[in-house]
Amino acid sequence: MKWNIKGVESWGWKKHPIGATIPEAGNAAYYKTGGWRTEKPVIDREKCNNCLICWINCPDSSVIVKDEKFAGFDYDHCKGCGICAKVCALKAIEMQAERGEE
Amino acid sequence: MAKTTTAPRARAKAKGKTVAMTGNAGCALAMKQINPDVVAAYPITPQTTIVEEFANYVANGQVDTEYVNVESEHSAMSACIGASAAGARVMTTTSSQGLALMWEELSIASAMRLPIVMHNVNRALSGPINIHCDHSDSMGARDMGWVQLFSETAQESYDNTIIAVKVAEKALLPVMVLHDGFITSHAIDRFDVLDDADVQKFVGEYKPKHALLNVDNPETFGPFAMPAFYYEQRKALRVALDAAKDIVLKVSNDYAKISGREYGLFEEYRLADANIAIVVLGSTAGTTKYVIDEAREKGVKVGMLKLRLFRPFPAAEIAAALSHLKAVAVMDRSDSIGALGGPVYLEVKAALYNSKKRPQIQGYVYGLGGRDTGPDQIETVIEDLKKIAGGKEAPREAVTLLGVKE
Repeated sequence: MKWNIKGVESWGWKKHPIGATIPEAGNAAYYKTGGWRTEKPVIDREKCNNCLICWINCPDSSVIVKDEKFAGFDYDHCKGCGICAKVCALKAIEMQAERGEE
Repeated sequence: MAKTTTAPRARAKAKGKTVAMTGNAGCALAMKQINPDVVAAYPITPQTTIVEEFANYVANGQVDTEYVNVESEHSAMSACIGASAAGARVMTTTSSQGLALMWEELSIASAMRLPIVMHNVNRALSGPINIHCDHSDSMGARDMGWVQLFSETAQESYDNTIIAVKVAEKALLPVMVLHDGFITSHAIDRFDVLDDADVQKFVGEYKPKHALLNVDNPETFGPFAMPAFYYEQRKALRVALDAAKDIVLKVSNDYAKISGREYGLFEEYRLADANIAIVVLGSTAGTTKYVIDEAREKGVKVGMLKLRLFRPFPAAEIAAALSHLKAVAVMDRSDSIGALGGPVYLEVKAALYNSKKRPQIQGYVYGLGGRDTGPDQIETVIEDLKKIAGGKEAPREAVTLLGVKE
């Protein structure tokens, strides 16, 4: 079923499903995990040849691909693990420290 | 007001028959008559004969149950949780260290709101290792979100097992049924059982509201809950467990209609005109009744309150039932080491604290590790109560360990 979770963070206890079940399949994307990150991947488009090794290896499906080309990172879900930077043969991805809210 | 007491027992109705069986055999018979979808259990003394008897029913094709042989109680409760989330009617049974090994799954079962029914045959927790009766196993699990129903006799244990299935499924909570190791589990008792068909009709078909195997509407069970969500789930669980009190009464009343046997939240025995009383649960209530009858012959106005439902704790009803007394003794077959006394004592005392009229209370621990609790020990309790009620002694703040060798 389609589950409207608008404002879920402020729901009262009666509004949640009994036993904390999630009555909608495949909605993990609603849960943003980007805040866990201490370092973020940054691409150098000059070096990138769109081999998409980063896309294959990303454990969080956070490499966005459009028309078979690298199209950016999904920073809402990227946890900053650095695997993409490690596997990039052209060293086109650099992990940079998150600076928080300066 | 909710009905809280056991009415004088009507003679058993025509339905069913009278049997001579051990408490454990009665429990296994109730499980056979319920015919659950899944049983996952591991044998442990003194529960073993329940799983043995039930395994016979499975092997003989007398039930349709999927019996899952597991390597430990940790796995037993894990399998029960999986099967219950899948949408099955699930039962299991254990004792003592087995319950302890289920520890982390106990609170998961309740938080996931799974109506699992478990018979725990009360046995002392190690150590030293011991196989005999006390309530330290199930009292240790009192904060795990399970409904807990204590049984004095094999009759009550058989009845509670059947009642528990309906309570669990209405409350969407796991239910633990307790009876005393060896005393109730292994002694042959005379009691009445229902026909298989009547039990089947009473429990009905289980139709889960949510189920993992409902592939048309897939759901996630047991997800992670961060600080923004966890707290609300715990509130919902508290409300659900509190609400289980009325469900226990409703299902017990429905059960009385087919069995002729009435059960309340607790039983009051010669309590209405008493001025002193003993609060007790489990098989020792039988000995206590015997001693009370003797004391009454001598003119002592003593009564008893036997707890049946320990979780949720019917605090308001207990306070109302005890408030007219001068002195009350609370007897615990487990100790809450480091606290003022045993768990029943602490709860009863707390329940009365805000009452305008309340009795003096003295706590006792008795029978740990299967130490016999004979009439002589209960007589000393009544003598203590007479002194307190007469103003000759103040209640002792420290709990008294009855029958321990000094």
